[in-house]
Amino acid sequence: MKTKIQSGVLAAAAILLSASLASPAFARDLTVVSWGGNYQDAQRDIYFKPFAEKSGKPVLDEAWDGGIGVIQSKVKAGAPNWDAVQVEAEELALGCADGLYEKIDWDKMGGKDKFLDSAVNDCGVGAIVWSTAIAYDGDKLKEGPASWADFWNVEKFPGKRALRKGPKYTLEFALLADGVSKDELYDVLGTDEGVERAFKKLDELKANIVWWESGAQPLQFLASGEVAMTSAYNGCITGINRTEGKNFKVVFPGSIYAVDSWVVLKDAENKDAAQDFIAFASLPEHQAKLPEFVAYGLPNKDAAAKVPAEFAKDLPTDPANMKDSIALNVDFWIDNAETLTQRFNAWLAQ
Amino acid sequence: MSAGSSRTGRSLILLAPLLIFLIGFFVWPLFSMMSQAVSDPAVLRLLPRSAQVLPDWDRKSPPTMPMQAALMEDLKAVDDDQALGDMVRRLNSARSGFRTLMSKTTSALNDVENPPADLVSIDKRWERPEFWLAIADALSPLTDRNLLAAVDLGRNAAGDIEHLPADQSVNRVILVRTFWIAALVTFFCACIGFPYAIIAASLDGWKRDLMLGAVLLPLWTSLLVRTAAWFILLQEQGLINDLLRAIGLINAPLPLIFNRTGVIIAMTHVLLPFMVLPIYSVLITIPKNLMPAAASLGAPPWRAFLRVLLPLSLRGVASGSLLVFISAIGYYITPALIGGPGDQMISSIIAFYATGSANWGMAGALGVVLLVATLLLYSVYARLSSDEPGRR
Repeated sequence: MKTKIQSGVLAAAAILLSASLASPAFARDLTVVSWGGNYQDAQRDIYFKPFAEKSGKPVLDEAWDGGIGVIQSKVKAGAPNWDAVQVEAEELALGCADGLYEKIDWDKMGGKDKFLDSAVNDCGVGAIVWSTAIAYDGDKLKEGPASWADFWNVEKFPGKRALRKGPKYTLEFALLADGVSKDELYDVLGTDEGVERAFKKLDELKANIVWWESGAQPLQFLASGEVAMTSAYNGCITGINRTEGKNFKVVFPGSIYAVDSWVVLKDAENKDAAQDFIAFASLPEHQAKLPEFVAYGLPNKDAAAKVPAEFAKDLPTDPANMKDSIALNVDFWIDNAETLTQRFNAWLAQ
Repeated sequence: MSAGSSRTGRSLILLAPLLIFLIGFFVWPLFSMMSQAVSDPAVLRLLPRSAQVLPDWDRKSPPTMPMQAALMEDLKAVDDDQALGDMVRRLNSARSGFRTLMSKTTSALNDVENPPADLVSIDKRWERPEFWLAIADALSPLTDRNLLAAVDLGRNAAGDIEHLPADQSVNRVILVRTFWIAALVTFFCACIGFPYAIIAASLDGWKRDLMLGAVLLPLWTSLLVRTAAWFILLQEQGLINDLLRAIGLINAPLPLIFNRTGVIIAMTHVLLPFMVLPIYSVLITIPKNLMPAAASLGAPPWRAFLRVLLPLSLRGVASGSLLVFISAIGYYITPALIGGPGDQMISSIIAFYATGSANWGMAGALGVVLLVATLLLYSVYARLSSDEPGRR
């Protein structure tokens, strides 16, 4: 008798356990993931909420800080809890090669020819074009830096500098400061001597550098006067100028721009709705509203044409700003990110 | 079925929730972390033909035709993108360049109209032995590569263990730094927390509540908020520097942020509750009449403290120190926001390998090193605390 009760209890426990593990009790709402901050606030108003109204279903939005490892672990575990995610160019390239994303239905998006070439990918649709550039407080520095050589010049412009922690961008900027021309930049960086040269140049400035990791930090450093100039995401700078009446300047010559893309995670529960969402967010009439809130360039060509001139002049895609900017070399970084990060960390720790 | 075994069965059922919890949330994650650090199946699984051919290669000369043919066959047979991704990530981590090389190669191999004759015709890099060496070294299902790299060691071409070159050696420095910062924070927490707990335990009524509240309230506040608050206090034009300048104590701002000082101050504050609470809980169990008794026997206060209160409360100090130390070695946010480049701790390196490059092997190996070091320290602590016989 006892044994029967026992096995009954065991069986019941097993059923309960398997039920709680196996079947998701409720269907999850479409979950869209972006970069947080005032950028995501703007996206919520112009993409997420209108899409929820149009489709009649709620849209959840979450923020993340990037990292291919995050996406990989979600997809590998099966049934990822995110559907559409905005990723950086390397995450797009790595994840697409590794089969972490669904293929994009380009007919739904209105055709590849509607977008900038750099925004078209089998696995992703460009969402924004953004720059990493020198920023400084125009109220504190009347005559600001014009190039990375000026950024390195602590005699002419005294004060600390801030850079994003990590080899990406930092090594490029060091070489630009050392006089490498923008056309040769990645050829030089592709050699061992070039990497050596970049670290040597960084040595000169090392004592004056404060390192930042999240995009809001450089703004805080500038506002508090902790640093005289910093590298920063151009959209954040324009954003804080508009919302808090600051006079921060962005130096576009020598800036590096890249495309962020929307992707759909492999086998996500709402993958079809996610593609619909991306199509919705790529429509020119919706995309054109973005530059009013954050100064990121638009990959949809028709959308870019609709942006009023007062906002267009702040965008990385504006011809005057684009002229002396450099496109991030994604291939270089997917090959070398790990080795160079290791080397960068060793250099930092010295 | 005997009565004895059914009783065992019943107690097992009662224990089942605990066992399932322990296995699911403790044993399994630890085990999978450790196995990630040493298992290396990603390449072997996809390249069985190459695995047969490559051992015959002399590891120096350019690749032979059979080697190229075997690798081409292997790559053509791959139909799982995610497995391919794992393999490429593993190879690229050993030799930068595999990412672009492999994507170029696989798309050339998929070209049915003009199939490539050999790999070298697809990309010149296939001529170089370094790339083949990376493959040849990745063909064993178990590896010590990650564990060695976690303590800045590696194997040279001949297979002997040697130090990694200086520009790749960072983990040992950062591990030592991590333990040093944790030790300093533990020390300062003990210096502040012990007297604080003694005062709190000696008070009663609203005064005690106030003192405990002052410890508990920050504990219920988010770690990020507390760290950000310290950022505002410590920065060059922050409250502390402004105040010191206003009262004329200093002329130039003290460097309190982006350095070790700031990290220690902020981490000590954040971790203080974990020191105060264990000590406090031990202190309130000590009978209040012991100190007056010592005094009545003629002991001056310092002697009564040293001979009575300190030994009795040492257990609390030890468990508080252990809690603080073990929490401190895993710190990530506070050093990242308050510290300078010389204050980053090992978790920032682990985070890079886990989320930044999806190199779970290295992340696991660093975790194992941290775990082993912690267990060693714990065993020292256990030895020390059990060496006090009769003192209860």
